[in-house]
Amino acid sequence: MPTKSATKITKTKNHLPLVHEPRNPGMDLDLDRIARLQANTSAIERRAATLPGRRSVKKDFQAAWLLRAITMIDLTTLSGDDTPGRVRRLCAKAKQPVRADILEALGMPQISTGAVCVYHDMIPTAVEALEGTGIPVAAVSTGFPAGLSPFKLRVAEIEESVKAGAREIDIVISRRHVLTQNWQALYDEMKSFRSACGDAHVKAILATGELGTLRNVARASWVCMMAGADFIKTSTGKEPVNATLPVSLVMIRAIRAYHELTGYRVGYKPAGGISKAKDAVTYLTLIKDELGDRWLKNDLFRFGASSLLGDIERQLEHHITGRYSASNRHPMG
Amino acid sequence: MNVAEIFETMDYGPAPEDAKEAVKWIEGHKGRFGHWINGTWTKPAGTFASKNPATGKLIAKVSQAKAGDVKKAVSAARNAQKAWAKDAKARARVLYALARLVQKQSRLFAVLETMDNGKPIRESRDIDIPLVARHFYYHAGMAQLMDEELPHREALGVCGQIIPWNFPLLMLAWKVAPALAMGNTVVLKPAEYTSLTALLFAELSREAGVPPGVLNIVTGDGRVGEMIVGHADIDKIAFTGSTEVGRKIRSATAGSGKKLTLELGGKSPYIVFDDADIDSAIEGLVDAIWFNQGQVCCAGSRLLVQEGIAQDFYAKLTARMDKLRVGDPLDKCIDVGAVVDPVQLKTISSLVESSNGDVYHASTPLPKNGCYYPPTLITGLSTADKLMQEEIFGPVLVGTTFRTPGEAVSIANNTRYGLAATLWTENVNLALDIAPKLAAGVVWVNATNLFDAAAGFGGVRESGFGREGGWEGLLAYTKQKTSGRPIAKIDAASAPEAATVDGVDRTSKLYIGGKQARPDGGYSQAIWSPRGKLLGHASLANRKDLRNAVEAMNSAKGWSKTTGHLRAQILYYIAENLSARANEFSSRINAMTGRRNGVAEVEQSIDRLFTWAAWADKFDGRAKGVPLRGIALAMNEPVGNIGAFAPDDHPLLGLVSLIGASMAMGNRLTVVASEPYPLAATDFYQVLDTSDVAAGVVNILTGSHSELAPHLAGHSDLDAVWSFSSSDLSGLIESEAAGNLKRTWVNNGTAADWSHANSEAFLSAATEVKTVWVPYGE
Repeated sequence: MPTKSATKITKTKNHLPLVHEPRNPGMDLDLDRIARLQANTSAIERRAATLPGRRSVKKDFQAAWLLRAITMIDLTTLSGDDTPGRVRRLCAKAKQPVRADILEALGMPQISTGAVCVYHDMIPTAVEALEGTGIPVAAVSTGFPAGLSPFKLRVAEIEESVKAGAREIDIVISRRHVLTQNWQALYDEMKSFRSACGDAHVKAILATGELGTLRNVARASWVCMMAGADFIKTSTGKEPVNATLPVSLVMIRAIRAYHELTGYRVGYKPAGGISKAKDAVTYLTLIKDELGDRWLKNDLFRFGASSLLGDIERQLEHHITGRYSASNRHPMG
Repeated sequence: MNVAEIFETMDYGPAPEDAKEAVKWIEGHKGRFGHWINGTWTKPAGTFASKNPATGKLIAKVSQAKAGDVKKAVSAARNAQKAWAKDAKARARVLYALARLVQKQSRLFAVLETMDNGKPIRESRDIDIPLVARHFYYHAGMAQLMDEELPHREALGVCGQIIPWNFPLLMLAWKVAPALAMGNTVVLKPAEYTSLTALLFAELSREAGVPPGVLNIVTGDGRVGEMIVGHADIDKIAFTGSTEVGRKIRSATAGSGKKLTLELGGKSPYIVFDDADIDSAIEGLVDAIWFNQGQVCCAGSRLLVQEGIAQDFYAKLTARMDKLRVGDPLDKCIDVGAVVDPVQLKTISSLVESSNGDVYHASTPLPKNGCYYPPTLITGLSTADKLMQEEIFGPVLVGTTFRTPGEAVSIANNTRYGLAATLWTENVNLALDIAPKLAAGVVWVNATNLFDAAAGFGGVRESGFGREGGWEGLLAYTKQKTSGRPIAKIDAASAPEAATVDGVDRTSKLYIGGKQARPDGGYSQAIWSPRGKLLGHASLANRKDLRNAVEAMNSAKGWSKTTGHLRAQILYYIAENLSARANEFSSRINAMTGRRNGVAEVEQSIDRLFTWAAWADKFDGRAKGVPLRGIALAMNEPVGNIGAFAPDDHPLLGLVSLIGASMAMGNRLTVVASEPYPLAATDFYQVLDTSDVAAGVVNILTGSHSELAPHLAGHSDLDAVWSFSSSDLSGLIESEAAGNLKRTWVNNGTAADWSHANSEAFLSAATEVKTVWVPYGE
């Protein structure tokens, strides 16, 4: 079993401390462990329900936390009507997510979002728009969102996207493997995806809204981590239910236990449905309390969100002026 | 720290709740409070300091009540009671207004509570105060329904209520809401550390239309409590607090005729089976033992983990403990606040220091000043260790391991207490098998510290008796509308000058463990008919015979697990066999009593057995409508071992009424027969012998009631004692019962009416309500 490895900290241009974790190499599929996993839904829901009441972050602390949240956003556009123009505007927003005067008032240097997340065809545009910024381009892949295209094509799609310059690949798992408890098939699939990614980091989208039970969420999380996922992610944003606090609790507890077992840190990305600054803070408190401060950096935590940024911008302006803000006062992405 | 620095550290920072309004209220009273009597303030007098445990600073000065204050409060309550009891629906409106009022002033109550008690504002704001409002809402409904649903019951009168400092306003609500709803008036004493929210509540109660005298608050220390307990014009004492004080109150009220409910200490087990959701079980512990700094009577303070997962569990638990934030309770980002008082802090520290287990203190910063104690885990203890047995009443968890479900139950029940229990397993079979086996008034499955006004709360064993909440809670604040007449002592017929003896000598013995037994002492007493005929000899049982009978009851525990259907059949069978010997029994009764109603009494006895056979499978529990996805089951469980003195006046019917009720509900009974007329009982064991009654389920003693009473009431392995004797035993029994705080049901010198079954009273006396909370969801 690998021991906990020391982490190296380097500074980048945008003055964000980026900590390079050793990538999760995965491990053999341990079906006994998978079978033992439990998730008591009502207890998990109670913990999730009381969490916002247990933690409160105020004033400067709130502003700082919201700024940190921005650096964790995968600014996303995944629409059939995406065009290069639309993607370039989004990239511009990723580079400059907060009005300069607000940052100045807060005494903050320039920050950027965690990544920009697009479909395969938009990768070149995004890569070009973000050149020199260090902001990675993430691409959804493997027949996103349903993941039901031919397996060969799903693997090939990853390879194409990596070739096109995506540094992060958000894959979707085959939900049917979870629903039929075919963990070996899920493990093999995830391993193939990971290997196709090469140096690009792979985020495994579990589509938790379609897995039926929290126990399935726990088991799928573990199988994907065992197969080498760098991140586990809740949803495509296209399921009827996306990221929720109970689902998050199950997934990050799995991440914590995986770290205890292997020494490797896997990242977490809740996606869909997180649109308010207050929700973002709640998520960060959940991460801080359940996983620890190390996960409060964007190499281990991301928000998959499109409208969250706008609400945070308004809150930041309110923090400075004491007056409630309006969305037309902030440049759209 | 500036924003850029916090951006790096991601610390929580301070998030203080504003105490302005609470301070304003205190200042409005110039920081000094009198008592609230008859709808108005008394002048502050003999004041003492009420301090904020988080800072040690004075919050306000509160008055120490004198005998005169208590007297005034009781007479105000007495004067107001009749009018208050008149209109239940009017009371419903007042209680509704109180519920609303608590909601409308919720933040003020929460802040004041936290300042006074030291509990985190999250708890007072999100748990205590909402539950207070819920309690008044629920009991507003009970007042509304009283006339229709409880037509045979009425208010007790004036209730003296003494509450603890751990949930000051919530305990007030648990006591005041049902009392007022049922038409009682109240004199309540909050704990001396935490009087303020009670005083605020009293002042605001005017705005809800509570008439003067209906709710009176007197403040002060234990001496005031003693005055309330000792006051002659109080009908009922309700106490929540330590077992030690509860015992004193039991002794002090013995024989006074005051009704009593006690909600006392605990050392509640928290059982984690190896198939549990471990992370959730650990989070549950945070709510079990680090909720309110562990100063919770039902705190899951005794951790029992299945051996195979123990090391992993402890590792995860200590990691979780390190994340707990201890500090200023008014901070909205604090998990564990201040211990209520330096005295309590000292008790906790010295108890932990005395332990020889492995002590782990959470590695989390503590404030420099104020009453703080770190969350603590002590493992490696055996059941024999003091800390496994004694209540610590602080944020200290003690842990041990078990191997099998059976052993988990044994260790869990290896305590003098029996308040609550928690169990974690994903196996529904295991959960529903274990829950009924735990000696506790409340069991939480895969959850902990869930409370609701609809679900009864209260303990067994030395955790007290009586339930708060639900329909069962109303029994503690109402009585049957009956007017009893005083009981006349019935003496045995004295030996005649010239004895008539005929027939073959018949020896009646004691009946213990399904066998006839000679009395240990070797003494018997001749039983004469009023006409001077020798009817036989009755054994004189002594304490050793009683001991043997209790042993026999313990060997008959299987009876308590039988089905109601089986118990019904056996009771019918007893009736059948009695009927076959009706003539013999009626002659016997006539011979002993010298009256002619033997035939009628036998007929009534058969009828009574039929009634209890009928009830055996019909005293259903309830599924409570609690506000959560899940069910709270109120299960009627047998009390256990009951010792009883049969009435003297109805030698067979009285006996059969006791046996029937006890057996129907699954108890084991040792009954002392009618003292003057014991032979119907000794004849009756032959009926039992022929009716498939398992050995030890019913044991029959004969002899002197007053000689057996102290031994029976004092026996630590009896769970309840009943007395319908015509001897004056009530005070003695209640006083001796204080030892293990067994439940008592005594006649207080009033004759019972045996012409009807009095099912309601017997059913409640023969059962304990256990509330099993089962949240669910997949």
